[in-house]
Amino acid sequence: MTPIAFAPLFGFLIDTPVSIAHYLVVGGILFTAGIACMATKRNALGVLMGIELVLNGANVNFVAFASPYLASEGSRSLGLDGQVVAVFVILLAAAEAAVALAITLNFYNNHATVDVDRADDLKG
Amino acid sequence: MLPLAALAPWLVGSVSLPVAAINWHSIMFLLFATVACLAAVAVVAADNVVRMALYLVVSLAATAGLFFLAGAEFVGAMQLMIYVGGTLVLLVFGVMLTAQAPFVSIKSSGGDRVLAGIVGASLFAALLLAALSVPAWRQPASMQVTGPSATPLGMALVGVRVDEPPADAPAGSSQSSYLLAFEIVSVHLLVVLVGAAYLARAKRRKVPRPIEVAASVEPPESVAEHAAIGRGGRASSVLTGGSA
Repeated sequence: MTPIAFAPLFGFLIDTPVSIAHYLVVGGILFTAGIACMATKRNALGVLMGIELVLNGANVNFVAFASPYLASEGSRSLGLDGQVVAVFVILLAAAEAAVALAITLNFYNNHATVDVDRADDLKG
Repeated sequence: MLPLAALAPWLVGSVSLPVAAINWHSIMFLLFATVACLAAVAVVAADNVVRMALYLVVSLAATAGLFFLAGAEFVGAMQLMIYVGGTLVLLVFGVMLTAQAPFVSIKSSGGDRVLAGIVGASLFAALLLAALSVPAWRQPASMQVTGPSATPLGMALVGVRVDEPPADAPAGSSQSSYLLAFEIVSVHLLVVLVGAAYLARAKRRKVPRPIEVAASVEPPESVAEHAAIGRGGRASSVLTGGSA
């Protein structure tokens, strides 16, 4: 049993160049995991981590469309635009994390918990 | 994902794997993509918030590898430095500050999990359909190698485009740069810095000093005397021996 025996299963993945669609699938998985994380976690910090995953999934798509390496023959990539947007998304995610963390710590100081289900003071 | 015709020679199994045919870019992509996706799913599956943070670090770092593979070195480096180095440290500090025993793992109910699984699966199916529906996106990469992207990106951020315009751009037209967006983001970051510092500042204690309590309720003679002095100046804390 050589490693070659496994080649039929994955051969198409290792001898053909990846396409943009590969990156889009990875971005979709990250995005979906982030949405599920935001929806199910009751720890406020877990919700924050879900947001990071969602933004990261979007970034994967931006970078994939920006890459001239991944663009197919004859089609144009987004070029620098996609990369700049990706950098801005990273910066804004850092800013958002800082503010959200400050709010979470304030909530913890006031309510002595980080359970978002307990944050129902404004419930009508 | 790829047409079955590409798969056929391998399914038949009559050909051995020629080493030269191995596309190392694809292998590295497969590696990083697997790690990123598995770690992202682990973030959802984990209950312990410390483990979630660890899986998130792994996922974000593997994504940085994907960025490097796509030829976006600057974005990949930013991802490593800002996300993995900065944001995650912030999150881990948050975990450490709030990790009292009951909050380390707050379990969500089984119904929530099932519902989230259904919603997530259908969302992923929709995304998959959209990602695979455009034939141009499924064409294999042209593997056209360009130079490093850090210099064009940095110059474009300060207002000068040094990268080549696309071939079909009208002659004589100039590409726009990102100076304004850069300025807006920097002011935004400054505002966020001030706002976060204001939100997270150490609060002054709201507990009233004993002398104020004594003055507000019907005071006995001696305390009232002290309170009268206290209103006059800062000597009150000296007279009452500081706060309790």
